[in-house]
Formats: sequence, C-alpha cells, structure tokens
Amino acid sequence: MNDMTNNKNLIEGRTGMWEMVLGLEVHAQVISKSKLFSGAATAFGAEPNTQVSLVDAAFPGMLPVINEVCIEQAVKTGLGLNAQINLRSVFDRKNYFYADLPAGYQISQYLDPIVGKGTIILDLPGGEHREVGITRLHLEQDAGKSLHDQHPSKTYVDLNRAGVALMEIVSEPDMRSSDEAAAYLKKLRSILRYLGTCDGNMDEGSMRCDVNVSVRKPGDGLGTRCEIKNVNSIRYVAQAIEYEARRQIEILEEGGSIKQETRLWDPGKGVTRSMRSKEHAHDYRYFPDPDLLPLNLDPKWVDGLKAGLPELPDAKRQRFIKEFGLSDYDAGVLVAEKESAAFYEAAAKGRDPKLTANWITSELFGKLNAAGLDITESPVSAAAVGELVGLISDNTISGRIAKDVFAEMFETGKGAAEIVEAKGLKQVLDTGAIDAEIDKVMAANVDKVAEYKAGKDKLLGFFVGQVMKAMGGKANPAMLNERLRAKLSA
Amino acid sequence: MSELTHLTIAAALDGLAAKKFSARELTEAHLAAMAKHKNLNAYITETPEIALKQADASDQRRAGGKAGALEGIPLGIKDLFCTEGVLTTAGSHILDGFRPTYESTVTRNLFDAGAVMLGKLNLDEFAMGSSNKTSYYGNVINPWKRRGDETDLVPGGSSGGSSAAVAARIAMAATGTDTGGSIRQPAALTGTVGIKPTYGRCSRWGIVAFASSLDQAGPIARSVEDCAIMLGAMSGHDPKDSTSVEMPVPDFRKALTGDIRGLKVGIPKEYRVDGMSQEIDALWARGAEWLKAQGAELREISLPHTKYALPTYYIIAPAEASSNLARYDGVRFGLRVPGNSLDEMYELTRAAGFGKEVKRRIMIGTYVLSAGYYDAYYLQAQRIRALILRDFTDAFKDVDVILTPSTPSAAFGFNENEGDPVQMYLQDVFTVTVNLAGLPGISVPAGLDANGLPLGLQLIGRAFDEETLLRSAQVLERAANFTALPAGV
Repeated sequence: MNDMTNNKNLIEGRTGMWEMVLGLEVHAQVISKSKLFSGAATAFGAEPNTQVSLVDAAFPGMLPVINEVCIEQAVKTGLGLNAQINLRSVFDRKNYFYADLPAGYQISQYLDPIVGKGTIILDLPGGEHREVGITRLHLEQDAGKSLHDQHPSKTYVDLNRAGVALMEIVSEPDMRSSDEAAAYLKKLRSILRYLGTCDGNMDEGSMRCDVNVSVRKPGDGLGTRCEIKNVNSIRYVAQAIEYEARRQIEILEEGGSIKQETRLWDPGKGVTRSMRSKEHAHDYRYFPDPDLLPLNLDPKWVDGLKAGLPELPDAKRQRFIKEFGLSDYDAGVLVAEKESAAFYEAAAKGRDPKLTANWITSELFGKLNAAGLDITESPVSAAAVGELVGLISDNTISGRIAKDVFAEMFETGKGAAEIVEAKGLKQVLDTGAIDAEIDKVMAANVDKVAEYKAGKDKLLGFFVGQVMKAMGGKANPAMLNERLRAKLSA
Repeated sequence: MSELTHLTIAAALDGLAAKKFSARELTEAHLAAMAKHKNLNAYITETPEIALKQADASDQRRAGGKAGALEGIPLGIKDLFCTEGVLTTAGSHILDGFRPTYESTVTRNLFDAGAVMLGKLNLDEFAMGSSNKTSYYGNVINPWKRRGDETDLVPGGSSGGSSAAVAARIAMAATGTDTGGSIRQPAALTGTVGIKPTYGRCSRWGIVAFASSLDQAGPIARSVEDCAIMLGAMSGHDPKDSTSVEMPVPDFRKALTGDIRGLKVGIPKEYRVDGMSQEIDALWARGAEWLKAQGAELREISLPHTKYALPTYYIIAPAEASSNLARYDGVRFGLRVPGNSLDEMYELTRAAGFGKEVKRRIMIGTYVLSAGYYDAYYLQAQRIRALILRDFTDAFKDVDVILTPSTPSAAFGFNENEGDPVQMYLQDVFTVTVNLAGLPGISVPAGLDANGLPLGLQLIGRAFDEETLLRSAQVLERAANFTALPAGV
C-alpha cells in the first residue's frame, strides 16, 4: 500500500510528516420503480407513509420477494466497476431494534455479496490518474426515517424509504488525500449516472457516504481508524477528512491514541464528534434470511447485461482523445458527466472537434457555471454551438466576434448565423476594403507610420486596433495583420 | 342433526351434492356442537356470523352449479393464519387487538374452494409448544380421557386447538402448521390424521412466522381422504412466497388407490429410542405388518444422524424465531406498553406481551446467533441439518416411504412433563427430522394404548411425493380401522 504514498499528500505535523489513509463506504440508492423486496413505490418527496406496503411495515406473515430490477442494477454497477460478479449470493438478516426498522432486522448481504473486487480509476486535478480498489458491492434495504422535529416529545416515523434498495459500495483503504476521496466520489457518481443505476443526488440522500480515516507516519502500518458518518456532499467529505486527520494527528502527537469509533460530521461547526464506540456496537447477529433462497445468477444473463452496458467515462475519454485529438484534460472534463459528453459529441458532429471542445469547456461551461445551470438546462443547444464553431472555421466570423455572438446566443437562445446576419457581423475578407481602411488610418497617423518604420514594431497593435475599430471589428484578423505589415513596410 | 358433525368431508360433500342437507345446516350443526364443547377451549375466536354468511353464499353457489372442492365445508382455522378483519392472535398477548387487513394465501385458497370458517383455533403461543399450554388464551383440553380417569389431558401442540376441534367434531377439519411436529403430534394425541406437506408446497404468506425455514401449513382431519381433499385446496405456488414451489398440485384424492403392492417401506433403526414404551414399539411393528400384508416390502434402514436432530432443531428454530419475533415491538400493531424511552417501550411491551416459553426461545435464539457463538451453534446446526437431509436422500434411494411412531407417548396430563422443558421437547423426537429435511410426513391413528388413548404412526415420504405418502397412509388407516371416539362426542 506504500506505493500509494505520494509526498505531495503528506501533512506536516509538529513531529514530522503524516499520511492519511482513507476508505469510503458509499450507499447508493438503486434506480428502480419499486423497493428491493416489495412492490411499494420509491419516488422521492412523497407524503410520509404513502409508499409503504405491508411487507415494508413488517406486518405478521409478510414475506420479502426479490425485485429483479434491483438485482440487474447491482450487477450492471458491478460490471461498470470492472468487478467480479458473484453468480451465487446470499441475503442475510442484520438484527437490531429501532423504530424506523419495522422488522427488527435489515435484509442485507454479509458473507456472500453480489459483487466482489473491482477497480475505479480516479481522475485527479492536474490530469493524473490513479487506480483505487473496490472491495465489494452488496444490496441491502434502506431503513425508514425517524422525524424528531414534528412534536416536542414524540418521534414520528416515515416508512416511505423503508425497504428501498441500496447498493453499499466499499472501497479499499487506497486513498491518501481529501482530493483523492473527492475524485473517487465524483468518478463513482459519474459511473453510476452513466449506467443509470443511481442518480447520485447527494442532497436528496440517494447517495450517502461514510468515510474511514486513519493517519500514520509514511511507511508505518495502518493506524486505528474512525468512521465518519453523515457526510452528504463531496465538499463536506473533503472538509470532514481534513478536520478528522488533523484531529487524529494532534492526539497522536500529544502522545495519545486513537479510539476506534463512529463519528458524526457536523457541517454547521465543521467538526466531527463521537457518536458511539465500536466496542459497544450492536451484535448484529447476521444469519441467512430463511425467507429468501440464495440468489443464483445465470452467467448468460450477466453476459447479456455486460454486452448492453453503455460506454463508460474511461472508455469515452480514451475515444475522445483518439477520435477527436482532444487533450486528456479536455476529454476528462467533457466525459465527467454523461450529458456533457453527449452534448459535445452532438456539437462536434461535422465541426472542428478541438475547437468545439474549447468552446464548450471554456465559454459554455463558464457561462453555465455563472448562471448556475446544468448542461441539460443550457439555453444554447449543441447544434447551435456547432453552428457557431462552423462560422469560425469557415472564416465567416472571427474568434473575437464569436465571443460576442455566443454571449447573445446564451442570452436570447437565437442561432449564431441569425445573429451574425442581423447584426452584420460577417467578417470582411475583401482585401480591397481592408486596404482602403488601412490607407485611411495611415494617412491620419503619418507620425506613427514614421515611428514604426524607424523600428518601433510595437505600433503594429495600434494600427490593428484602429483599423478594427473603423471596421466594427469585422476585419479578418489574419488578413488585416498581413496587409498592415505589407503596407507599413512598403 | 348432530350426526352431521360426524361426517367426513368426503361424505359431507356427497350429502351436500345430493341436497340431503345444506351448507347452512351443516354449519349450524357445527356451531351448536361448538357451544356444547366450549369447555375444551379449542377456539380463541368463534366467527358464527361469518360462518353462516359463507354457508349461505356457498349454498347459492352450489345452487348455481358452481361448487368448489370444499364447497360448504365448515373448518376451523389455526389462529396463526392471518384472516382479513378477524382477530388474529398467534396465541399471544402481544398481538392484542390485531385484525389483519389481509387474508393468508392458504385461507384465501380454502375460501376460494368454498370452505366456511367457524372460527380461529387455539394454539401454543407463536406455535411454540407441544401441549398447547403456552397459549395466552389458556390451554386446550383434549376430548380424550384415560379410561376411568377424569384427568384433563393435553391435545398436543402447537396445533392443539385444531386437533381437539377435529376430534371433538366441532370442525370437519382444521388448518394447522408444523415447524417441528405441530400438526402430526397433536393429530397423534387426538386420534386424528394430520399431514405436513413438503416444505414449499403451501404458501407461508400471511401465516405468522415462527421458524421460516421449517414452518409449513397442512390440514388436520378425520381421514386420510379428507386430508387429501384439504391439502389439494391449501397447496399451490404463490409468487408472494419465494420459498413456495412452482409445481402443479396433483389431485391427491386420485392418488388414494389402495394399492401399495411393491411399495418399499423403510423402518429406521435409530427411531427405536431409549425408554420407548413397549406399546409404541408393538404398534410400530403392527403397522409394518399391516403394510406388508397389503403387498409392501419392509426394509430396515439407517438414518444415522437422527440423534442430533432434536438439538439441531432447538438451535435453528429459536434462532429464526428470535429474528422473526423482533417485529413485535409495540410500534405498529398489537400490544404497546408505554415507556419513557423507545428502549423502555420495547422492554415493557415485550416483557408483558410474550409468555415464558417464547421468551426462552428468543433468548436461546439470540444466544446461538451472537458473535462468538454463531459458528459453534448455528453454523454447526446448519451442517448437521444438511447431514440429516442426506440421510433421508440416501434412504429414499432404497425405499418409497418410511414408517415410524408419531410420538413417544400418548396424550399426557397438564402437570406431567412439567418443569423440565427438555422433557417437553422430546415430544418432537420423531417429527423434527422431517421438518429439518423439508419432507412430507403424515400421522395416522393406529390404535389405543392401555388407557384407551389414541396412538399414531407416522409415514415420511419423498419431497413432493405426497401422493405415495397419502396412498400408503390410507392403506395403514384402513388396516388400523380406528373407529374409537372420545367420550362425550
């Protein structure tokens, strides 16, 4: 594991450098119309207790029946993580009492999960890539929700979420910085979204994250870890890790030791605090659920799912580099979201691919960001971006004019050609017309012409500016440069 | 009309078809008998209004030429089956006031076949017991008494209300459930016939769970033929129960040909247990001779892991029960004893709601599943369970059915077998193996002991071969010609 040590990631303490070791457990809500073991609906935001079947509420004599869609989604996710698909897996009962756990046990997978070891490639800031191991993925039921704020002394229970399918995706302790943890979550979310197996919305709780944090001196064995729960945004994950690592280093440097425990992230105060000790943790008394037979998958069915998988971000990035000649960075930015990759491909159809990529990653993303919009909400369509790129490529407009045109496209939703036409922004390619304007400017600035000829080359910019101004910015910049040089040197 | 209550289902169906009497008359006769035998405490809830309504509807259907397989037959339903709108208790205080909004698949099947529900039958609490003494609603009294002795005897358990009601002629037949012998043992103790079908034959949906991997519904009736009719109506694949099997239900009645020539009957030597009475041993030998006389071939077989069956059962069943019973927490239905915190509410509710035997099994089950003990108990028990199944699989390579006693003794008094729970657990010694292996087993009344109490013989069949099992059982039944009746019935 020491090969993952990267000096860049080390944290400086009073006694020297420290390394953090991070592992993530992600609970990803499966996209499915009904729950893991019942026919009740799963839609987010319904009135409390309106999406609850007798099975979810654990009435006497009720039995779970596996929802095949959830199995399919878990297998697809496993395939997307290049993971081992276990053709035989077992559902177990995890026993504990809580008011929002109606049966008194959660149906989960313990010793025999549906998905085994896999890998995920992180795309790190700076264009680096690093592989992180996936330990396992298993299916389990979500619990209901206890509402403590509805009554001064009572707790209410909403069972809408009880029984919804979750995939618990556990990473190896392979990450060494909060950046890597954030990159892991982004990449995992991207893969889940590409696959359509989880919507990845952390603010709605459909993707939740627990972080295991420990620190050590580089080269040492693993330190004692703390599990941080309730970290429900990528930003908080990074903050919680930074806080927790510092906390542990401080304790260790004071000569103390880390207590293995579960801690809760408090986003208001920006701190983690102790929740419960692992020593006093429940004995969950896992055993195979006798209401469900072991799950056996047909390898042909798995092969069929594999064949039907969409192109995933890593493959798409490689293809964009190869097919469109994009840089690794641009390709990475474009494929991070399935929608932006699709947007790019639609825009680049028949256009200069690199130019299209530049326009999308800089201009479009910049404007979307500023407006707080998602690519799917872009007022400029992919075809419109393509059209603009086409106008630049065929010299109808200059890159400079194009920026103004794009700003108007973003504002009004109008097409590029339409704006260029209406405003007469077509680039002037007629040398005669350019020459005429150059002559006028030269005549009006005889002194400057003399200075230029005496060797003050810098004045070229001044002449370009004057002519452009006179021509409303429409002169083809290359032609203008070329003609100016010729005339000034004549 | 009291002779109506003495009819078998087969005879009653004929009588109804021939318009000798109506379903209403048949039901009324049973309601009258129930009133006469209230002292038995067989029913927790009587449902005369529902019964009469169903009987009238049945008469109309029959008049319209649409008669189901159990058209107009009045039944008792073990109170472990959820019945829509009707109090369902599982014999426990903790289900106080629980009226399900749903009907169990098995009772739904029975009502779809035209059956009439007389009421909900008493049982050991959560089906945990062999004497019906653990019921919150009081024990059931066996209609049978020892000759010249007025001591009340147990009807067996856990389907004690079912066996007593069928024996006392206050239900033509009853549903039961069998986790370790809970159909066959009470049938044996009351001179009735009880079959536990193969695991997966009947849906468990809507039956209050005790031990999910062992629980199976089945009928108790007064003849093998009636059991065949009942079982046919109760069985069938149910997509709501993942452990129910997608297999067609044979016409079990058709299998009763009376012809067992060439049938190979296994006699397992390990079932000759220490301290078994001479009477039981003699009965067993007689049963074998009866089958032989009808053309069967006897073979001594070995089921070597039999001695481990009882301890194995008493690990697996409580383990599953400890988890299955966690849902009785006072939050959503049944009894709630308020407390100052969630944990206190759980503790008070469960302390007040569960009886002693249920608490004992929850504790045993929790213990055998807990960290550090799981491997030594639960996992080991699962391994032995596999070996017990293998014993049977091997045996069934050579034989078609296996003959054993049903119970180690006849019905006992309420204060006998008291004190040591293990003594009570021994009641299941011949029956639990069948549940552990998931096989079908049937108990047939085969004679009376010296005190005039019924004794039963058990036949065990191959998985999903209830046809051979029922055919052999009927031959045994005919040979035994058990016609005795409890006094006062």
